[in-house]
Amino acid sequence: MVAKLLIKNIFRHKLRTFLTVTGLALAVMAFCFLRTVVTAWDAGIEAAAVDRLIVRHSVSFIFPLPYAYKEKINKVPGAEKVTFANWFGGTYIDQSHFFARMAVEPETFFDVYPEYMLPKDQYETFMKERNSCVVGADIAKAENFKIGDIIPLEGDIYPGRWEFVVRGIYQPRDKITDGTAMFFHWKYVDERMKVEMPGREGDVGWYVIKINNPNQAPYISENIDALFANSAAETKTESERVFGQNMMGSLNAIIISMNVMSFVIIGVIMLVLGNTMIMSVRERTSEYAVMKTLGFSSFHITGLIAGESLIIAFIGAGAGLFLAMPVIQGFSQVVPKGWFPVFFLEDITVIFAGLSALLVAFFAALFPLIKTLRMKIVDGLRFIG
Amino acid sequence: MPDIVEIKNLSKSYRRDSLKIPVLENINMNVPEGEFLALMGPSGSGKTTLLNMIAGIDRPSGGDVVVAGTNLNSLSETALAKWRSNHVGFVFQFYNLMPVLTAFENVELPLHLTNLSKKERDAHVRKVLEIVGLGDRMKHYPNQLSGGQQQRVAIARAIASDPTLIVADEPTGDLDRQSAAEIMTLLARLNSELKKTIIMVTHDQHAAEKAHTKRMLDKGTLE
Repeated sequence: MVAKLLIKNIFRHKLRTFLTVTGLALAVMAFCFLRTVVTAWDAGIEAAAVDRLIVRHSVSFIFPLPYAYKEKINKVPGAEKVTFANWFGGTYIDQSHFFARMAVEPETFFDVYPEYMLPKDQYETFMKERNSCVVGADIAKAENFKIGDIIPLEGDIYPGRWEFVVRGIYQPRDKITDGTAMFFHWKYVDERMKVEMPGREGDVGWYVIKINNPNQAPYISENIDALFANSAAETKTESERVFGQNMMGSLNAIIISMNVMSFVIIGVIMLVLGNTMIMSVRERTSEYAVMKTLGFSSFHITGLIAGESLIIAFIGAGAGLFLAMPVIQGFSQVVPKGWFPVFFLEDITVIFAGLSALLVAFFAALFPLIKTLRMKIVDGLRFIG
Repeated sequence: MPDIVEIKNLSKSYRRDSLKIPVLENINMNVPEGEFLALMGPSGSGKTTLLNMIAGIDRPSGGDVVVAGTNLNSLSETALAKWRSNHVGFVFQFYNLMPVLTAFENVELPLHLTNLSKKERDAHVRKVLEIVGLGDRMKHYPNQLSGGQQQRVAIARAIASDPTLIVADEPTGDLDRQSAAEIMTLLARLNSELKKTIIMVTHDQHAAEKAHTKRMLDKGTLE
């Protein structure tokens, strides 16, 4: 009967319950969306391997390093494998078709980045053709790239028209690995630079070093930087994670704001439901007094009030999650590929939303519950709402 | 008949800031089993306060209330709640029915605190609703019933768990004369036919005439 009364109480003021549930649903949807943006942003950093170091120019990432550094870095104790890459930039069709395009050393790149899984036959074909490229499965699907297709790019950092033949489609190893990048031969770019822009040949964007022992990372970094101290191109070596964080440094404030906002939303939900619960319980003061008079215990009253709060919170959270899925899906379709290589509603966000609903239900019910349990029956019976 | 209610040196006062406001002073009263007692007196005389203490929904400041052999002072709040569900049926001036429950469900409500099965509960509810003459209104919600009918549902709820004592606080206070007469006839029937002990607070002389005994309270003392 308590359960029946609970359900009937929830729908006693249908409009109020509807507005509260709608408010909760919209807030949970916004919470899930913001959390997804934050986790998508963090995913790039999280995906960073602990056994990789990045060597860049000490002044800025945009300044190149000499190709000649490779051999020297190779000899540093603890460096297992060295590869390098250049940010190519360029435009495919227009700016809305954005995805990461990088010139890499194919002989070593896929050994250092095993999370980009390329079939052996495709790798072999890619190695044989200097103007070939490999694209991620996600961008291949989005742009309808197939093996043998030619991808034309209009260069900006490397001016001119460039054409690359798709010879491989890599699969990301897991959900947090970017499946939207394009890789091609560094030598192909470098040879053209030699001819068209003498002086820019032999430029490397950054080196990536796979190390034997992640615990040795600070020591190896120090040794590498010491090698090039007082040279024309001094280096700064750091872990891949720190490198990623520094790269995104300017946007960190926005992400922190979004993070804070997502928790402010939880507070807003709490106030919305808290207000509803206070109004509902206040209206029923004399009914709770009658129930106490009839012999219903604090346990029953707690069940009625907390149960109502819990059910409303979970209906709202459920509706919010239901709404969040298409919104997040839609957003991932609208934003250019590469902004968020991975953008999906993570399980942890769903769990977080569920726990938040539980927390909100608890705090929203707490004040009216304490008040009702402390209420003297005679005062409750006299109450005129 | 043995006494079902024994009140010894009962007093009750409220505190407002540092001020002590006496409501009841040195009340001594015994109510035999099967009695139909009307407590009367002017507003503010302490009738409802006395009734509340007999029913175990308020605590005295001094003295004892013994009902059916149990000294209510000795019971904790939880024990007192359980005791009320077993021993007292309540009838309020404004009926105090749950607006979202039907007449049947309202009467069934206190039976959920008993060990009765669903089938037994159904039988009990049907029986008491027949007794109060609302066998054909079981599925009606309070707002679909007249004041008199709502009070009859409240009486059915009060007797559903077969309590030792029925307490009624101004049961006719919100009713027209005809409905009030019907309610008093019903309470008198419960007393005479079902042998229920009834303690009723009322202002209404007509209502009080149905009672066996009238006691007057004035300024917190029993005359």
